[in-house]
Amino acid sequence: MSVTSITNTRQYLTFQLGNEIFAIDVSNVREILEFTTVTKVPQTPEFMRGVINLRGSVVPVLDMRLKFGMTITERTVNTCIIVVEVSFEGDTTVIGALVDSVQEVFELEPEQIEPAPRIGTQLRTEFIKGMGKRDDQFIIILDVDKVFSSEELSIAQGIKGEPERMAV
Amino acid sequence: MNHMADVQSEVYKEEARELLVVLEDSLLQLERSPDDIELVGQIFRALHTIKGSGSMFGFDRIAAFTHEVETTFDLVRNSEIPVSKELIDHTLQAKDYIKLLLEAPSPDEAPCEQDLKTLIGSFNKLVSDHKEAKTQPPPNTSTTITSAQGASSSNTPAGLVTYRIRFCPASDIFLTGTNPLFLLDELQILGECKAVAQTNALSSLEEINPELCYVAWDIVLTTDKGIDAIRDVFIFVEDTSAIHIETVDNPGGAAVEEGYKKVGEILVERGDVKAEELKEALGEQKRIGDILIDKGIVTGDRIASALAEQEQVKEAREKKAKEEAASSIRVAAAKLDKLVDLVGELVTVQAHLAQKANSQADPELVLISEEVERLTGELRDNTMSIRMVPIGSTFGRFSRLVRDLSKELGKEIEMTTEGAETELDKTVIERLNDPLVHLIRNSIDHGIEPPGAREPLGKTRKGLIQLTARHAGAQVHIEITDDGAGLDSARIREKAIEKGLIPPDAEITEKELFGLIFAPGFSTAEKVSNVSGRGVGMDVVKRTIDALRGHIEVESEQGMGTTITLKLPLTLAIIEGLLVEVNKDYYVLPLSSVEECIELDHSKNARRQDSRFVNLRGHLVPYIRLREQFGVRGDIPDVEQIVVTGSEGNKIGFVVDQVIGEHQTVIKTLSRVYKDVDSVSGATILGDGTVALILDISKLSQVGRCEGNA
Repeated sequence: MSVTSITNTRQYLTFQLGNEIFAIDVSNVREILEFTTVTKVPQTPEFMRGVINLRGSVVPVLDMRLKFGMTITERTVNTCIIVVEVSFEGDTTVIGALVDSVQEVFELEPEQIEPAPRIGTQLRTEFIKGMGKRDDQFIIILDVDKVFSSEELSIAQGIKGEPERMAV
Repeated sequence: MNHMADVQSEVYKEEARELLVVLEDSLLQLERSPDDIELVGQIFRALHTIKGSGSMFGFDRIAAFTHEVETTFDLVRNSEIPVSKELIDHTLQAKDYIKLLLEAPSPDEAPCEQDLKTLIGSFNKLVSDHKEAKTQPPPNTSTTITSAQGASSSNTPAGLVTYRIRFCPASDIFLTGTNPLFLLDELQILGECKAVAQTNALSSLEEINPELCYVAWDIVLTTDKGIDAIRDVFIFVEDTSAIHIETVDNPGGAAVEEGYKKVGEILVERGDVKAEELKEALGEQKRIGDILIDKGIVTGDRIASALAEQEQVKEAREKKAKEEAASSIRVAAAKLDKLVDLVGELVTVQAHLAQKANSQADPELVLISEEVERLTGELRDNTMSIRMVPIGSTFGRFSRLVRDLSKELGKEIEMTTEGAETELDKTVIERLNDPLVHLIRNSIDHGIEPPGAREPLGKTRKGLIQLTARHAGAQVHIEITDDGAGLDSARIREKAIEKGLIPPDAEITEKELFGLIFAPGFSTAEKVSNVSGRGVGMDVVKRTIDALRGHIEVESEQGMGTTITLKLPLTLAIIEGLLVEVNKDYYVLPLSSVEECIELDHSKNARRQDSRFVNLRGHLVPYIRLREQFGVRGDIPDVEQIVVTGSEGNKIGFVVDQVIGEHQTVIKTLSRVYKDVDSVSGATILGDGTVALILDISKLSQVGRCEGNA
């Protein structure tokens, strides 16, 4: 059984968080950067690591490990920021995803992708577009629009932001 | 509607909006000087273009309605209807209605059908009233005509007048679908007309591009329709083609004094006239010139000197016309924004380069870096100045507001403006409109007393509102001054205590007291009118001005009037900032709110962590620790710095690890992901490429104050 929303052959970029391999559709990926200096923005949750200077524009960076309930990403030679374009409240926004390492780009046929299992992953199922199978290994294909949706980013902010808003 | 038509109708709408502004402006001017025929001409041309282009792009309703108004103004232009208050009232209403039609979602929709009928009715009445008046000719009608003639002979169709028209079409005139021959045909209808083609621009047959127009025409036209009728013929090509219309001879009824002028003009022309042209007008020229010299009224020398003067005036005028033509190019605002962004990036890169060059100790590199710095600075200033527009257009809009409101409220008010040429960033001006409207409404409604109440106070019946704009350093100050009742400080105090804004025994200065009128829900007006008094608005004004990084100051003397001053930054794209550091993170505070920096020495203060005040020359100044506010971990240095800011007249300090110094801050917006973070208003990129956050001082102060109260 394949995933209905995926109908043609697509290319995916894989990256690693801890021991797990994830993939995102390359059409969402704008570029991959080395880990640079990140400026923390106050009153934001821990997984929102801060902002970086991407050739003159200020781009937010999210720590994927923290977002998915792992420990904070440590800086190594392989640490990368994947710059993705996501649709945020109807507009295209650029967001950086901090990951342990970037692997490769490969093609997957629609029939190679299976729906997300209901149980068995630490991840919330709505983040998962499907499970790709490659060399007997399962790869979690992420739905970036869901992972970086305004609810995901603002609910977390709301908890910390609430007292200030009340005060104003 | 297809895409092309969409684009065209957008262009039309934009053009029509501008014309409506011109129309309103001219109408209000005409009200002040009803004899100005030039203004009537301007109004007529605006109406004519709105109508003409309207029917071209399918805005038939606008075209039909504007036609009615235009017809009336045609009569005004011909001095058949006098300029009256009703006429201006109706035309202003008509302008509003055209605007309504223009903004309607579809050109076929007609909002407020009823209004339309009333308006057309009132225009028809104006016309028919005039016709009745004409059947029993009252003496004053004829005086209007003669006085109008005196004002400008070229505009009045007093008998037959001969004009010389030089029409040089733009070479690409065919591309716009215009056939110049049709224009000549139209001229033919106006009166006796001779056209001579000027073919000297024609090149040999092999070189001719059949899509370009090489021919110019000199036309001599004798007509009784007036110069405006001729201009109307060329109305659609006047922007691109060179059109000169001159009066050659005006035998019917021109005063003798104007005869002198004519001779002068003709003599001027004689200097640069071509043979064929000369032949056309020779008869008349010789006759009048000869007569004058024969009669001994003017000597040949005098004519020669007049000629020199005239020539100079003419040259000056032509030069000015050329400058005007070259001085405006329409550019999409988005392109300008992009340019400002790019320059902002360049400033950042240049800062990086300068830093690098200074650390390399390579004199050549330093030289290059300095050159780049100079150019970048100039480029930045120039780019910023492109975005600057004079505030005059906004001021112009208010004269209508004042006029309508004072009528509605039965007050007599005159508005004067000063410094209309003061330039401000386009975005600032756009956002300034609503607050200014509100403040002016307030002045009219609460400030200025009715004429009956003013006279016993020894004031003039007419209230005065003055709008002033001027530069003050890196800021622009906009003042709204009225000579009305002024603010009643006792009443404000009472109200503030009633609303619980201040404790009953509070000792506050007058300035602080006046500041309270910007608190939400505050209004001292006894009764609520539909103009103002609901207490919503002043707080909105304050919020808007805050968002523009500006300040409001109120000065008032009871019985004498009120002055409200808005202090605004020149631009929103780049600010002067103070760079500070907290645990290796950099922040920028807007320099305009920074008052001073002092040390916070923990050894002296004996580490009184619970104390949140510092003694500044006898005054207690509260402070906020950014470290705690932002939850920064790490060791606190022994000596911290307090940056004292003067946000909203209340001093508040921000404790930082270190003050780095001044910084030219190119403002970058934070991603929308951070829309809920209100203590940060933006970000900027430092010379080494890292990002520093710009703090919103007024928001942070509010947070601090609330925590202090809790």
